[in-house]
Amino acid sequence: MRIQEHPILGEPQKGRLIQFTHDGNAMQGFEGEPIAVALRAAGVMAHRHTKKYDKPRGIFCAIGRCTDCVMVVDGKPNVRTCITSLEEGMTVETQYGVTAKKPEVESEKESKKEGTV
Amino acid sequence: MKRYDLIVVGAGPAGLSAAIEAAKRGLKVVVFDENSKPGGQLFKQIHKFFGSKEHKAKIRGFKIGEELLTDAAEAGVEVVLNSIVIGLFQEKEVTVKIEDKVHHYKADAVIIATGASENMVTFDGWTLPGVIGAGAAQTMMNLHSIKPGKKILMLGSGNVGLVVSYQLLQAGCEVVAICDASPRVGGYGVHASKVARCGVPFYMSNTIIKAEGTECVTGVTIGEVDSSWKIIPGTEKHFEVDTICLAVGLSPMSQLANMAGCDMEDNPKKAGFVPIVDKYGETSVSGIFAAGDVSGIEEASSAMIEGRIAGVAVAYRLGFIDKQELEDKAKELETALLSLRQGMFAPENRGKKIDKTEEGCDVSENLLKMGFISEDEIIRFPGFTRSKGTHPVIECTQNIPCNPCQDACSKKCIKIGDKITSLPSIDETKKCSACGQCVASCSGQAIFLINEEYEEGYASVTMPYEFLPLPVVGDKGVAFDRSGNEVCEAEVISLKTAPIFDKTNLLTIKVPIEMVDRARFFRAEVLV
Repeated sequence: MRIQEHPILGEPQKGRLIQFTHDGNAMQGFEGEPIAVALRAAGVMAHRHTKKYDKPRGIFCAIGRCTDCVMVVDGKPNVRTCITSLEEGMTVETQYGVTAKKPEVESEKESKKEGTV
Repeated sequence: MKRYDLIVVGAGPAGLSAAIEAAKRGLKVVVFDENSKPGGQLFKQIHKFFGSKEHKAKIRGFKIGEELLTDAAEAGVEVVLNSIVIGLFQEKEVTVKIEDKVHHYKADAVIIATGASENMVTFDGWTLPGVIGAGAAQTMMNLHSIKPGKKILMLGSGNVGLVVSYQLLQAGCEVVAICDASPRVGGYGVHASKVARCGVPFYMSNTIIKAEGTECVTGVTIGEVDSSWKIIPGTEKHFEVDTICLAVGLSPMSQLANMAGCDMEDNPKKAGFVPIVDKYGETSVSGIFAAGDVSGIEEASSAMIEGRIAGVAVAYRLGFIDKQELEDKAKELETALLSLRQGMFAPENRGKKIDKTEEGCDVSENLLKMGFISEDEIIRFPGFTRSKGTHPVIECTQNIPCNPCQDACSKKCIKIGDKITSLPSIDETKKCSACGQCVASCSGQAIFLINEEYEEGYASVTMPYEFLPLPVVGDKGVAFDRSGNEVCEAEVISLKTAPIFDKTNLLTIKVPIEMVDRARFFRAEVLV
């Protein structure tokens, strides 16, 4: 997905290649670029899931206005990944509602209940 | 509380221009901007701007941004980034959120240059990852060098939709279609044409019915709308795409003006809710000015002039210059602004259907319906001529404010005249030197050099070419017509690049003589 050479802008000027994790998986990106760009390059589309209906959201405005791309970064929720620079060793997690914890699906809840009865 | 002579809100084209004019005249000026970089949207604009010399025509937007930043630094303008102006109160008191603190500032004048925000439309699936704004596409590819997607559908045929579609092609993406609920292409015909000849189909009177996919976009269905904007059953068309790009207009971000108690109006000619301003950009609240898109959606070129007028007016208001200087400067700037506001796309013509050019030519219906001019239409325009030897053919058929081609031709072959919206015409008494300056200078990429007598049975066609990889002499491939259809085999006979062309390469191909009026694009690929 990265543009190697552009007819007008030439070769992209990027920072050094660094490591970070996305939902526990090792990934690479360029230091200083928006987190969302590194994720897009790696093919990650869904940044968060809505609390009520568990619907996926991703990059929408890319300028920090719409908040659709917020994720849990280094444990902090609601980080706008389109305008937050990627740093070495960052922990980036999909945000569910306002946490990084995936909500249990209904069937799991049911089986848990049964187990406790 | 910190005091300034002038506080400018927004470091885009209008805000920076205003700050430069004021600071040059001795005012102590600060500009606040919520972004981490100044320049507003200019650094995402990689196309050459329209207008004339005084409007910085034929310079690419991001270079204009660089010039503004240099001028601002030289004039001593203080630019504070990552700072969000959250309040504008009586007596020009301004509250600004910087990191987690709110700071108070006060000035004798305030210029609101907050620009615009993108409009959105909703449809089934519009919240899926992969549905993005056109601005997001520009940000991703032109600032961060990443393609927003591989296969993209563009909704909206205004200048933003057309320009961004072309930029997507330049970035190496596939644009499967441009659709628009409007029956006519909204943006400049020249922008539509350069996308259409690359093979992008236009679906006018069509809108998105549904974005498909569960975790992200995997496809889109569009359909034709009737006169009451309802989908006509049976007209659905499906495209496999991973990205849907929305370019459905901009709205002024006028909240601060409203908050400050300025008289506001909802004005469709200005594309939304705007403060009412006088000719200097001053609102109903004395000392509060508005400039750029916030007071009515236009181009960056006009935003810069409005900003400069407001900057000069503030300098006068605060006693830094006398009335004579204000009037002289304002007159010069107003003339420049007025020339941009002429022609078919003038704010007063918004939404109007225009049938004839100022010269009395019937406009191209195909251009409005499909994005390209048909062969039987192009011959009626004054830029189309036939003559011996190499000569320009100018496919500029709408009255838009732009004239660099006239200045580019040292042989005076091209004539527009004093009114910059007039269609370019060819003076056949003057001899073209085939230098190609006009081809590279045309921001609309609408000028071609034609030689009907290149060799026995063959003609040459020189076209502007802004894609990679660059073809090389001897490459064989396919010529395409204005609609993007393959028409014949073609061979590259010349490729000129020069710093003065500013990345618009001049590609010359050889085609059979009968294709000379049709071949307008080239791809180095084998004809199947």
